[in-house]
Amino acid sequence: MLKTFRIGGIHPPENKLSAGKQITGLALPTQVIIPLGQHIGAPAQALVKKGDIVKVGTPIAKAGGFVSANIHASVSGKVAKVDNVLDASGYKRMAIYIDVVGDEWEETIDRSETLIKECTLAPKEIVDKIAACGIVGLGGATFPTQVKLMPPPGTKAELIIINAVECEPYLTSDHALMLEKAEEILVGVTILMQSVSVSKAVIGVENNKKDAIEKLTSLAKQYAGIEIMPLKVQYPQGGEKQLIDAVIRKQVKSGGLPISTGAVVQNVGTAFAVYEAVQKNKPLFERVVTVTGKAVSNTCNLLVRVGTPIRYLIEAAGGIPENTGKIIGGGPMMGKALITADVPVTKGSSGILLMTKEESVRKPMSNCIRCAKCVSACPMGLNPTHLMNLTEFAEWDGAEKNHIADCIECGSCSFTCPANRPLLDQIRFGKGKVMGIIRARKS
Amino acid sequence: MILIAVVSLGAIGFVGAGILYLASKKFEVYEDPRIAQVQEILPAANCGGCGYPGCGGFAAACVKADSLDGFLCPVGGADVMSQVATILGKEVVAAVPMVAVVRCNGTCSSRPRNNQYDGIKSCTIASNLYGGESACTNGCLGYGDCVVSCAFDAISINPTTGIAEVDEAKCTSCGACVKACPKAIIELRKKGPKSRRIFVSCINKDKGAAAKKACANACIGCSLCKKQCEFDAITIENNVAYIDYNKCRLCRKCVAVCPTGAIHELNFPPRKEKVVEAKVVETSETENK
Repeated sequence: MLKTFRIGGIHPPENKLSAGKQITGLALPTQVIIPLGQHIGAPAQALVKKGDIVKVGTPIAKAGGFVSANIHASVSGKVAKVDNVLDASGYKRMAIYIDVVGDEWEETIDRSETLIKECTLAPKEIVDKIAACGIVGLGGATFPTQVKLMPPPGTKAELIIINAVECEPYLTSDHALMLEKAEEILVGVTILMQSVSVSKAVIGVENNKKDAIEKLTSLAKQYAGIEIMPLKVQYPQGGEKQLIDAVIRKQVKSGGLPISTGAVVQNVGTAFAVYEAVQKNKPLFERVVTVTGKAVSNTCNLLVRVGTPIRYLIEAAGGIPENTGKIIGGGPMMGKALITADVPVTKGSSGILLMTKEESVRKPMSNCIRCAKCVSACPMGLNPTHLMNLTEFAEWDGAEKNHIADCIECGSCSFTCPANRPLLDQIRFGKGKVMGIIRARKS
Repeated sequence: MILIAVVSLGAIGFVGAGILYLASKKFEVYEDPRIAQVQEILPAANCGGCGYPGCGGFAAACVKADSLDGFLCPVGGADVMSQVATILGKEVVAAVPMVAVVRCNGTCSSRPRNNQYDGIKSCTIASNLYGGESACTNGCLGYGDCVVSCAFDAISINPTTGIAEVDEAKCTSCGACVKACPKAIIELRKKGPKSRRIFVSCINKDKGAAAKKACANACIGCSLCKKQCEFDAITIENNVAYIDYNKCRLCRKCVAVCPTGAIHELNFPPRKEKVVEAKVVETSETENK
């Protein structure tokens, strides 16, 4: 029997329409918009100003704190301005606009396709290199990778878990990457193991990607300590805590860090980015993005430079279908509806989903019938309907006591609710509020 | 038989009563009787507009304080405060009547919607998710968190403009809506003589061009009003003008020069010929004094 996490979970229709599509490059746009805050933590600080000439890979912003990441130019050309841009949430954030001229790369970047397996760097050097290249978690949460590779005092890393689950319906970018860059990923995993001095790594892959499992398993024999673990298809297995439970059967305590179980979880895309950064000196400025949707004529997996407006990606996939209701940045479960197609691709963009009108319409909400489906679906073992009521009536003490801060915002509760109650909308708001209260109390 | 029951129960009752009596004497907490008197007069709306938790808290604070300076029950107003002052034997401090003002005039027609929100109809939740249905991320969302927060039915969403409106006759300036608005659009301002007041009905902090593009009625920070103001009442910060209601003399010159109509005047008589306007300025000045 295949393993999966033990609490809750759902199985939405997979809809992996773009599975098996090869990764194709996307033509460069005329201008890229690179936001300064595309990771969790403090926004980066711009190093360039209007009129500066940059090459591909030139650092254009440096980390603005401990939990932050460097940002590099994804194109060569001239900095047009450093100004506000409407980001995915419709709010204005600072961004660097670069007008594209040619495609000239920094000389330090190794652009050859040859595989370099050997890495003789010390753990500290690896982590420094990862930090310098601005690598962040590519699963969507965009947590700066170097921070995760420096376990806080009192904790010790015992193994690396690679998140190749891709449990979000529709998305196939990780799947495509695993099929085409399997060796590079495995070298990346070895480097990650080296960086935290562990000898074991487990790559968790959901069983709906059998070709990727086969390929990785056959190649992994050459690499010491790497195990490929097929997992039962279950959402949200890609959640860090869920994956740890699925792979090593350990629960992260409420409010605790995943490292307390000894596991360092990294996304498979991150492993590939680590390989490129450490072995090829290539900073993180491009990534694979899935463009998909039921009405999309040409669903695809594109290799896209960070900062490309998503309009270009949609055009490459055959344009916006007529009955498009919503454009979602990310997958259908955790993604966000975008207000315009001018939003740039960031390091965390894993997919663009064009939902049809019929799919995207919200069904009318009715009263809670106390069926407790949300309770059995919640992968964190919370009581979503109770939390929704508590936030509705601003009972922040009660919400905190009921562990609202543990919610991972996976949306399983809203998905499963037969009364179509907007559980997650309300809980996400309450979680933010309670987190604010907790922070204020600590300071 | 029944006698035993009566006697024993009676005895227990007496002993219990005795203990309770002694305890009440021993642990008695003295409460100023005036607190109850003051509370009697207060409107019992428990709105928290005075800044204290409910009318009881306010009454206790009034009794405890040395002077009533700074104490105001926004619901009861000057009437109630003078009664409170009489009970406490303190001097009445005249408070300036205030009113809630919605600083957004991005109506449906002037502020084109570029997307649709279909989530929970709550401003706080919507603004938590994203910027709003129009390109202006500062404007009124119109889902009515302020309406829900108002205990006096004084605020409503105008269906044609899509913006919150304050009924100044009902508004007690308790400030509940100010706290409820996630965009910080609502402000408590001086009600002004004859309820006349002038304010900048926009808080868009974007640069002029962007603000204008998002909303035809936006303040673009052009500072024409600032140049026009003789009383130094207008400041421009973050590309948006703000009128200090303590300095404003209600001359209305700024209203006339505003190119986008972002400055609003309320309850003024219709504008007359230029010569007469000067007169209006004078009268309003004297009223203000």
